[in-house]
Amino acid sequence: MIDLFTAALILLGCLFCLLAAVGMIRLPDTLTRMHAATKAGTLGAGLVLAGVACCFGEVDTVLRALLTLVFLFLTAPVAAHLIGRAAYRTGIQLSSQTWVDHLDDDMGAGRRPEDIHPQQSKPQHRGEGVPGDVDWTRSCHRSEDV
Amino acid sequence: MIPANSPIVQLAARSGLFILAVGMALAVYRIVRGPQKADRIIALDLFSILVVAFLAIYAVLSAEESFLDVAIAYALVAFLGTAAFARYLERSASPGRRKHDPNFEGAPRD
Repeated sequence: MIDLFTAALILLGCLFCLLAAVGMIRLPDTLTRMHAATKAGTLGAGLVLAGVACCFGEVDTVLRALLTLVFLFLTAPVAAHLIGRAAYRTGIQLSSQTWVDHLDDDMGAGRRPEDIHPQQSKPQHRGEGVPGDVDWTRSCHRSEDV
Repeated sequence: MIPANSPIVQLAARSGLFILAVGMALAVYRIVRGPQKADRIIALDLFSILVVAFLAIYAVLSAEESFLDVAIAYALVAFLGTAAFARYLERSASPGRRKHDPNFEGAPRD
């Protein structure tokens, strides 16, 4: 019974890791790729480590596997935060389907919606106008008005 | 009998290693291809997470639990490497962005 449970944990974790890698390939821009890699990758490796902890009989080995799991869960969000911050500040190219960039307004960094979408002045989604024709980029508070 | 010796766990571990190898290949593709530096750093981070899972499964397959120590040490080094890469990326921000960013250390340098 316990071996079925262990095998299921290991296989499920590996499949989540594969999902993270597929998201790395398929998703359109840096921030969405980071979302796939960090969340699915951490969950997958966590499931694998939990399965490995079930495999061994000795207490110290189980503790080592669980220590690796805790360490991974502590450091992965910190690393993702550091990369995301650095990536945004270096002015990465966002996906062409990005409508709202609230952080840009908060930072007052001078990056307007026209900079995100150089070709089109108004956000378009799959060839049609925004539902209700609301200009989402204007609905948020801009910091230079303060 | 501990679960590590049962044939079901052995089969799951072997197929898991194969799946992780495919995931590593996809991550390496993104490292080579990634259009921006941040993409490469993220792919490297994912690669190191996959290596930690790989080492943990290999510890089961080889019945050698010291591979778990290797996994802990690798996770630590990978985190430090990712943090260092993020610092490097932030320091090499383009001057146009830096000028507008009041929180960036050393913003008035140029």
